[in-house]
Amino acid sequence: MTASSPNLLFGTIDEARTALADGSITSTALTQSVFDHIEAIEADVHAFIRLDRSNAMEAAKEADQRREQGATLGPLDGIPISIKDQIVTKGLETTAGSKILSGYIPPYDATVVQRLKKAGAIILGKNNQDEFAMGSSTEYSAYGATSNPYDLSRVPGGSSGGSAAAVAAGAGFASLGTDTGGSIRQPAAFCGVVGVKPTYGRVSRFGSIAFASSLDQIGPITRTVRDAAHMLQAIGGPDPRDSTCRDTPMPDLLSSLEDGAKGLRIGIVKEAFEPDGLDPEISSRVMETANQLAAAGAELVPVSIPSLPHAIAAYYLTATAEASSNLARYDGVRYGQRADIGDVRKANLVDMYNQTRSEGFGPEVKRRILLGTYALSAGYYDAFYVKAQRVRTLIGRDFQRAFQQCDALCLPTSPVAPFAQGERTADPLQMYLADIYTIACNLARVCAVSVPAGLDASGLPVGVQFICNHMQEPMLLRVARACEVQTGGYNPPTPIQGLSAEGG
Amino acid sequence: MSRYAMESILERWEPVIGLEVHAQLKTRTKIFCGCPTNFGGEPNTHVCPVCLGHPGTLPVLNQSAVKMAIATGLGLHCTVTTESVFARKNYFYPDLPKGYQISQFDKPICTEGWLEIVLPERTFRAGIERVHMEEDAGKNLHDAQTGLSQVDFNRTGVPLVEIVGKPDLHSAEEAMAYLKELRNILRYLDVCDGNLEEGSFRCDANVSIRPSGTEPLGTRVEIKNINSFRNVGRALGYEIRRQARALESGDAIVLETRLFDADTGQTQSMRSKEESADYRYFPDPDLLPLRLDQTIIEEVRSTLPPLPEDVRSRFNEQYGLRPYDIAVLTDEKDLALFYEEIVTSGADALAASKWVQTEVLGRLSGDKLTVSDCPVPPERIARLLTHQSEGRITGKMAKDIFEKMWREDADPDKEVEQIGGVISDDADLRRICGEIATQFPDETAQFLAGKTKVLGFLMGQLMRQTKGKADPKKASKLLRETLEAIGTEGK
Amino acid sequence: MPISHEDVEHVAKLARLQLSAAEVEQMAQELGTILDYVARLDSLDLDTVDPNFYEASENLPQREDEPQDSLPQSDALENAPDDDGCFFIVPRVV
Repeated sequence: MTASSPNLLFGTIDEARTALADGSITSTALTQSVFDHIEAIEADVHAFIRLDRSNAMEAAKEADQRREQGATLGPLDGIPISIKDQIVTKGLETTAGSKILSGYIPPYDATVVQRLKKAGAIILGKNNQDEFAMGSSTEYSAYGATSNPYDLSRVPGGSSGGSAAAVAAGAGFASLGTDTGGSIRQPAAFCGVVGVKPTYGRVSRFGSIAFASSLDQIGPITRTVRDAAHMLQAIGGPDPRDSTCRDTPMPDLLSSLEDGAKGLRIGIVKEAFEPDGLDPEISSRVMETANQLAAAGAELVPVSIPSLPHAIAAYYLTATAEASSNLARYDGVRYGQRADIGDVRKANLVDMYNQTRSEGFGPEVKRRILLGTYALSAGYYDAFYVKAQRVRTLIGRDFQRAFQQCDALCLPTSPVAPFAQGERTADPLQMYLADIYTIACNLARVCAVSVPAGLDASGLPVGVQFICNHMQEPMLLRVARACEVQTGGYNPPTPIQGLSAEGG
Repeated sequence: MSRYAMESILERWEPVIGLEVHAQLKTRTKIFCGCPTNFGGEPNTHVCPVCLGHPGTLPVLNQSAVKMAIATGLGLHCTVTTESVFARKNYFYPDLPKGYQISQFDKPICTEGWLEIVLPERTFRAGIERVHMEEDAGKNLHDAQTGLSQVDFNRTGVPLVEIVGKPDLHSAEEAMAYLKELRNILRYLDVCDGNLEEGSFRCDANVSIRPSGTEPLGTRVEIKNINSFRNVGRALGYEIRRQARALESGDAIVLETRLFDADTGQTQSMRSKEESADYRYFPDPDLLPLRLDQTIIEEVRSTLPPLPEDVRSRFNEQYGLRPYDIAVLTDEKDLALFYEEIVTSGADALAASKWVQTEVLGRLSGDKLTVSDCPVPPERIARLLTHQSEGRITGKMAKDIFEKMWREDADPDKEVEQIGGVISDDADLRRICGEIATQFPDETAQFLAGKTKVLGFLMGQLMRQTKGKADPKKASKLLRETLEAIGTEGK
Repeated sequence: MPISHEDVEHVAKLARLQLSAAEVEQMAQELGTILDYVARLDSLDLDTVDPNFYEASENLPQREDEPQDSLPQSDALENAPDDDGCFFIVPRVV
């Protein structure tokens, strides 16, 4: 990093791109300075499970060579980013935050990773997360917890907490997370950055380690909406390797990005402001943001999603049922960890399964596997799983009705501010209830974004969430950008600037 | 147990049998990934991240598998459903990489059909409940030398159809006929090679018995591990007797799965499966519902080859073949096609039927060849048979020529030309008959003295001297006339 | 209301998880709490609501029956906890 650009680490992709283009920095130097920065903060933040220094530096060198030859690939060429450990990377250990996958070296790249590599992005390493994306605090990682860059004693949210913390802390320009019930948006809100959960089927899930297949989506976490657009543009679109990925080509996300608030109809979801658990400061911050948009020319429309209070129940039945099946493959036969069973010729197969899975999975994953197995088991299937699917249909209908009245829904991302580490792990249901605002989108398969909406009185980030209909990502990002203009968006976290030699 | 005892059991008890067949579809690649399906590769070489169940991988359905499943359904007179759903069947087993098998559960691709069973005493329709698609599992092996249990995933993900028959069968013979017909249909459709030994056609049987003349079904037992047609008969025979003996001595039949042991000929309870299975089926969220519009179904229907039952009725109506001959000729699709090509190339249908059954099948089995390896093409057989029917060669000559066609790739027309064909000219034959009479004066005299039996000897001499080329009917008639004329002259 | 220990043990067996007595007790409590919460869905009238939430236009894609490269044997076995160079090795299947 050159002295002339001390804040580039906290800058945007376009800023880095300009610096690369005008020769004020090389990708090699930029990548090296990001690694140096990570070195300085990682002991406190722990946003990464592993770094991939040599390959990243090699890729940066290639990006510089392309630039010299005038063969630069696109907006992401030479830009250092990171990837949640839930997403497989060929040749680079991938664990999904679980002990059961420790040592697993994937023989292939996820589609999104392939696309990012093809776009010239530099992959720094793999971000920490809750084990198998099950959690809202990144405390359920087998590799230690991640801290919130705005207050190191607090959680960064989850499950993509490592991704959000890395991006907020200037450790790379963007990260890919996965969102099954809010795992991109909630940590983005907690860490004061932008997080997009695309429409189900917009981004290929091939290579995203499955938690709940009908809900999972990969999406970007970035410091600005424009950066999110660059990332989503690169990773989205049809993929013949994912049968649930839609055939529709990715539209241009940048052309309408700056269209502004004027003429937008923003739906204020009545039920979202009712729950007892909603922090009044968050409630007023979100309403304030909506009013700013109105002042900028948007129309606020009251809408109702009557089924919203039922979303958590439907979500936990669906997600755990699918997870119980998705996680059956971790059996100690083909990859990952097998429990020590002594002489395999004398060992018992069922004991091997039981020990391997009991030792390999953490308590939250076991809890969800058990709940999901229960929901699918004989005699309970109709009462739990099928019922949850019916509720899903209901929620989908409610969203369609709401979208007849407005272009985007506005509501909080999380009902609570980033909480202290250890504060909520004792009560799983309370942890689940905090997903109230993010979960319904996954059930309805629509797209959503969390945008930073300033800090609360304690200096902690607040996120505002917008939801748009299926395949309406251009509208979603336009609304998010209009909001960002009003709120000012991302602000580098003070504690990190104190830690980093390069910062400030 | 003697045959008599079995018969007396079957007088008191009626077996009720339904068969479940797993047939491997003849696609090039697996059902959900691009790995090859061929049998016999080195262990774990026909595998990829998808069929090994690596984290993050997803299934993508093979179009050929769908078309073959539709063809199977149409061939079995089923309804092809416009919406079917792939479901996950969850259980742990080392040969099952994902911890679940992708199968179809409450919404199979085909429902409600039948197949025609032809037995010596009757022909009837056996019901098909459903046909559904699923992926095969891998293979567990135990190496006795090293004591290690090994897993090979080459077969994992090979496409199967499971064909679930209704409990419409009432004897081991009917069950075997059902299986043969089903296998034949799949081979006619070219969707399965029907190889029991390699496991591309596998059968499980559900068996119960009930007192003869009653309706309610007894407790059913599932028999697995039956890997040949002969063993179907053995396993069912054993199980029917076992159940009858149990009920007659006051014991109850237990709802269970039993394994057939080909060495002992007995079925054994699978005790290891003490926990009742709970497969927790649910729709596979990685695969959307499979919606088939009428266009695809009609496309498959329009390219459907003739089925054994169609061929059987054509052979009867068009060629006038008898049921026994039809059964032999249609037992294999290739043989039926071979036969039919002889007929369409101009041979007489009945003569061709006889020729194929006696000459062709005999030589094929002698040389251990299948009909597709037959060294003589059907068109040449047709020409040979035409030479015979038009009197240019005798049956004996035809057989000799066929021998040369088989061994030396000879052409029937050239052969007939070379040996000059049959001597059927009256003048020629009369001259030869005269020569015979002159050569054998004693025998001629005996004939004239009334010992007509000697005509056989003289005829034999005639044939030998003409190297079998004399038209035997004509020659026999003219020889008699020649001898009688000598007698008249002598008086 | 906690679910029964038998239910927890049954489900754990299906899921191939081994739980200590204390874990069984804890899971019985926690799953009970979650299921009590989930029971709120009973208040909804869902009889006429289709559990299939896919739109009619969504159909399962099908791929051509064209072979793709398989993994070399050594790559297939690379991550195996136990193998003999050809096969994955597991405890005996009874």
